[in-house]
Amino acid sequence: MKSAHVFICHLLLVIIANGILLQSPALAQERVETMGPDTATETVLIRSTTDISVFGAVVEAFLATRPGLRIRYEQWGSNDLYKLSRDECRNGNQAADVIISSGVHQMVKLVNEACAASHVSPGTSQLPEALRWRNELWGITREPAVIVYNREQVPENEIPRTRFDLLDLLRQDNTSYAGRVATYDIEQSGLGYLFAFADAREATTFGALQESFGRTRAISTCCSADIIDSVANGRYLIAYNVLGSYAQDFQLRDNRIGIILPSDYTLVLSRALMIPLKAQNHDTATRFLDFLLSSEGRLALHRALLISPLLETEDGSEGESLYVSSLRPIGLSPALLAALDRLTRETFLRRWRDTFEEQ
Amino acid sequence: MPESWRGLEQSSLTMRITISIALLLTLGGIVLSIAAFAYGREAARSAYDRLLLGSANHIASALTIRDGQPVLELPVSAFELLALAPDDRIGYRIMNADGTTLTGYDEIEVSADRGDGFFDGTFFGAPARYVIVSRRFAERTFKGTLQVVIGHTLQARQALAYDITSKALYVLAASGLAMVLLSVLVVRSVLRPLRRMADGLQARDPHDLTPLQMTVPSETAVMIKALNGFMARLDRQMNSMRHLISDTAHQLRTPVAALKAQAELLADETDPAQRERIAKRIKDRSAGLGRLLEQLLSQALVIHRGDSAKREHLDLRDIALDVFEEGDHRLLYPDMEISLNLADTAIPVRADEASIREAMKNLLGNAVKYGSAPVEIGTSIEGGLASVWVRDAGPGPDPDTLNSLGERFSVKSPTRQTGSGLGLAIAHSVAIAFDGELRLQALDEGGFQASLVFPQAQGELSS
Repeated sequence: MKSAHVFICHLLLVIIANGILLQSPALAQERVETMGPDTATETVLIRSTTDISVFGAVVEAFLATRPGLRIRYEQWGSNDLYKLSRDECRNGNQAADVIISSGVHQMVKLVNEACAASHVSPGTSQLPEALRWRNELWGITREPAVIVYNREQVPENEIPRTRFDLLDLLRQDNTSYAGRVATYDIEQSGLGYLFAFADAREATTFGALQESFGRTRAISTCCSADIIDSVANGRYLIAYNVLGSYAQDFQLRDNRIGIILPSDYTLVLSRALMIPLKAQNHDTATRFLDFLLSSEGRLALHRALLISPLLETEDGSEGESLYVSSLRPIGLSPALLAALDRLTRETFLRRWRDTFEEQ
Repeated sequence: MPESWRGLEQSSLTMRITISIALLLTLGGIVLSIAAFAYGREAARSAYDRLLLGSANHIASALTIRDGQPVLELPVSAFELLALAPDDRIGYRIMNADGTTLTGYDEIEVSADRGDGFFDGTFFGAPARYVIVSRRFAERTFKGTLQVVIGHTLQARQALAYDITSKALYVLAASGLAMVLLSVLVVRSVLRPLRRMADGLQARDPHDLTPLQMTVPSETAVMIKALNGFMARLDRQMNSMRHLISDTAHQLRTPVAALKAQAELLADETDPAQRERIAKRIKDRSAGLGRLLEQLLSQALVIHRGDSAKREHLDLRDIALDVFEEGDHRLLYPDMEISLNLADTAIPVRADEASIREAMKNLLGNAVKYGSAPVEIGTSIEGGLASVWVRDAGPGPDPDTLNSLGERFSVKSPTRQTGSGLGLAIAHSVAIAFDGELRLQALDEGGFQASLVFPQAQGELSS
């Protein structure tokens, strides 16, 4: 059954990959919602990979400061959003006013291709260097990549607090975790690929981990929500590299899962925001950005868990307090261009695939 | 523009030097700015070109062949290297031997025949700089050359070039300012002695003609020396005038008093024979007084000319001849036998003809009056010294008188003279006025010689 799942995933992947290569499928947003008064004189289009359910509150907070403004919020998958934005940029017909994506490497590439407008304000200047590039791309959230585990079935003494713990769990013969560790399918998920790529850069541990995943027939699958849900209901015991904001959101409703910020190092994602060069409502877009960077906006993001409380104090569930030194923000820099390179991606994915196909 | 030139000549030295230096600095500044900008651009270019090259080599070395196909895992560090130009966009393209793109940006245009090296291009509308590095493969399954093209936009280069240029200009401006200030200080310190001289002169007593005593830089010392020389000449002339006046008064007092006494005697005398004798005495005295006056005048003339007459090339033989031929002495002393003895060659000196002639007339007058025949007038030249002389066969003054005369005339200044020594005094004054001397000596072969000795002049005679 598990292998069937994997097979379906691969099948899906092949279809999608073919689709991308053939440039044929119609790109479609996952959800659309319009917020703000009907009488508004100005409508701003935000395209984002973040769930409306999560980000909606933040948008509402912004709208509260600006009566007379309406926001059309389109929720996209990161790959589709990237492709659409890139096509539009090349056509010179950029419809969106704001683009926010967790696929920061894709955003870096868009900026590299001169698709973004520049903006400087006190808010942007306060961002750390790593969270802005060229004054055209800004990191607006702080979300750790975490390990999620099932609290009922993973005994206290086996909770993996570091990657080494996880390795040790998987190394034992006849480990009960065989086949019950899940992670993103990096071929399918832009975010999963980004995390894996960052992991590979960060430490050699990742090679060993990848090898262990392969040996113990770990599951690579898609979609944060599915993975977390499966951990909660016990189908998987541990999920690796899950986005902390989603995990914590889930945990607030369902405490069967526990969250660990690996203390050897924890990747921290900052969703990237850019304003397309030809955005029609450039000024309002910059106001939105400045709002997100203001204390008010940060508070809203904080409430939406997009600036993760896990990173701040130990009171965030069972997550240990982390030394700042073990946080590894994924910086917005042209170095991320390597992640999107076709040959590099192929090579990286081939290795990944080899690992999982050995099973 | 003579007006403005005059204005320039009158403007202060400090101002002139300051303006010159400012001008120099402005011109130099412009040249240096251009040079600094060129250098800054070149430095930025070479610095970032190295980054590019390093990163290209890095990528090229990461290329491998697997199953007959090029495989690449782009080294992130290569991009991190380029990210040292933090705000520049990065373009790269890896090409097969046939020019098709293996991976990266098709948009980067590379002409087909381009080899390794740097080139300028564009990247999505912005100017960019690229490098090409080739990697050759000779594998069983793959043979050929892959080219790595990588480049970035120019923001960081421009920023660095600007940075280098502006820093160079700051230094330049600062040193320029320092130079202007320094030059003002230097000019002021150089000109300070002038101010001191002026103050020193102003503070002086009007009759004080003593040399200025102040330590000044050697360049300014020229002025002090000239000034002191001028004052010394002035001093000498004033002294001479004073002496002349007092000499004259002194010399005239006695004869005039004698005349007066004779005249009174004449008025009281009734004896015609006695009256005749007194009248004859008055006549003799008057003639003596006339001679005295003539001598005094000639001394005044000599003293006046000595310092002020311009010096010209003379032949002393001409003077000897003139004096000989003038013939006053024949009139006064027709019995005296006088001969001329001239050298064969010219006797050149630099002096004033009238002064020397006057001096010689006096010497000749002394010889015929006090000496004994035969009298000889002549010239000679010996060891760079030119002389014109008068000899007579007499013994000359007695040795004591000669010594005292020698002492008096050895002092290199015009001498006060009384009585019949006036002729010698004139001769002495003339001699020292033209860097020469008056020599009075008894000759070994008998007789006495008075000579004016001058340094021989160099060069040709002007006439």
